[in-house]
Amino acid sequence: MSVDAATVKRIGRLARIRIEEGEVETYRNELNTILGFVEQLGEVDVSGVEPMTSVMPMTLRRREDKVTDGGYPEKIVANAPLTEDNFFMVPKVVE
Amino acid sequence: MTDLTRLTLAAARAGLKAREFTSSELTGAYLSAIEGGNAKLNAYVAVTAEQASAQAKASDAKLAAGQGGPLEGIPLGIKDLFATKGVHTQAASHILDSFKPEYESSVTSNLWRDGAVMLGKLNMDEFAMGSSNETSYYGPVINPWRANNSNAQLVPGGSSGGSAAAVSSWLCAAATATDTGGSIRQPAALTGTVGIKPTYGRCSRWGVVAFASSLDQAGPIARTVEDAAIMMTSMSGFDPKDSTSVDLAVPDFAAAVERGVKGLVIGIPREYRMDGMPAEIEALWQQGIAWLKAEGATVRDISLPHTKYALPAYYIVAPAEASSNLARYDGVKYGLRDTGKDITDLYELTRADGFGREVKRRIMIGTYVLSAGYYDAYYVQAQKVRTLIKRDFEIVFNDGVDAILTPATPSAAFGIGDEDMKADPVKMYLNDVFTVTVNMAGLPGIAVPAGKDGAGLPLGLQLIGKPFDEETLFAAGRVIERSAGIDFSPDKWW
Repeated sequence: MSVDAATVKRIGRLARIRIEEGEVETYRNELNTILGFVEQLGEVDVSGVEPMTSVMPMTLRRREDKVTDGGYPEKIVANAPLTEDNFFMVPKVVE
Repeated sequence: MTDLTRLTLAAARAGLKAREFTSSELTGAYLSAIEGGNAKLNAYVAVTAEQASAQAKASDAKLAAGQGGPLEGIPLGIKDLFATKGVHTQAASHILDSFKPEYESSVTSNLWRDGAVMLGKLNMDEFAMGSSNETSYYGPVINPWRANNSNAQLVPGGSSGGSAAAVSSWLCAAATATDTGGSIRQPAALTGTVGIKPTYGRCSRWGVVAFASSLDQAGPIARTVEDAAIMMTSMSGFDPKDSTSVDLAVPDFAAAVERGVKGLVIGIPREYRMDGMPAEIEALWQQGIAWLKAEGATVRDISLPHTKYALPAYYIVAPAEASSNLARYDGVKYGLRDTGKDITDLYELTRADGFGREVKRRIMIGTYVLSAGYYDAYYVQAQKVRTLIKRDFEIVFNDGVDAILTPATPSAAFGIGDEDMKADPVKMYLNDVFTVTVNMAGLPGIAVPAGKDGAGLPLGLQLIGKPFDEETLFAAGRVIERSAGIDFSPDKWW
């Protein structure tokens, strides 16, 4: 499998990274080099093998579903580039 | 007075306890060393001199009263990946510009609890993605080591290049680091320092900027095996805030250092003998085998048949997890923000501007392998191969092998701006060929300096252990360190 220019642009849109026209070819080459390298995984016989979900044998710990933290919105927004009344500010989304 | 920065962590600790010098003096010596050398080495991206002096003063009060924790008054460097409250934490990325967390990571909290002093934040590859420390927004770290009769600048390895360079050049007593595919062990090997990646789950990931969550582990880089063991005892421990943290007692790792290797079975995996491997690496490996045998270990040839698939599987799993983890950098909640005509425009421009090339490349790969139609062919296949890689190790350990000895890296430190590696990203990735299997299987691995190449540059050996058996790695690592008996001090040029 190899990617073409249209795929590079599509992946850029999915990843929310602006790809300029002049960068497409470089990305296409680099992605194809990496995908060419990982292609060899196809030769491994994985029949009957479960995909790994946890590298250490453990069951996910659970806790009671209740609020245990919070109540400090000013800390949450402290590092935001633009805020108002402890809300994050973004360009208008809904007309 | 002797240069306090040249003391090992263990010796500095003994000196502080015996009141031969104060933490303020020790910390002051390190701050002067940083002031004198950092402009050339670029190991620190932020120096916290005021905080360090205040912490040292507090430690001196405790030490004077005969109190204090296991690291009381010891000055450390902290990789920029660890959240430190109110202090520069940017994963050496432009996209986290001016980010100062409102919280402290669990690992650094443990270090301050035990009395350590923070000198500053250490340079690294951006978001820990790299093997040469050249992807940092703050520019490359320079290796304190140079080849004989050369003043060419070499890389310290990565991603914990700042940690390794600072420890090697006496700009901190020891440092925190992290390892996702070799990012502790490879820079340790390239700088003549000791680095250990603990078993997955040993150190809390809470407050460590996430790269690939199923592979990331924190660990120390230090100047001796004993120093690394002391650091790891403080860094480790169960943390309810990390769902993959393991609830297991933390041994006193330093107590295992002089245990020796008598009666241990050491496996030598034939698949790590790569085509085109330099003769010097092969010779070092044979030397390591001879040292362990001489100290009473039994050496056994073993097979880990899926070794060659670890690196390709890693370059699917790690970018996939990274593409998901790095989705949070959107120009809204923290860090850099570019102006866009609408919200999508804001996201796309901020991320194009804020991430460096290697990070963008990996996000793109990760997004592709997780996208509709490719998920099974790439991601699921890689996770199945990962199961097989882990099974290889389980079979060997169940068969009575206590630890595995391999080279740490395929070469010594290479030049900054290496043309071959710039042209082909996969060439750079091959630096991790011996270390990445350990992350894929969640195992502990230690890199110990063991020799020098023909140009006088340090080379390391790696020991891989059973899950949660870091003690055997410290014991065997110490045997290699002692048998080599080499002073891994670079000639000071900075």
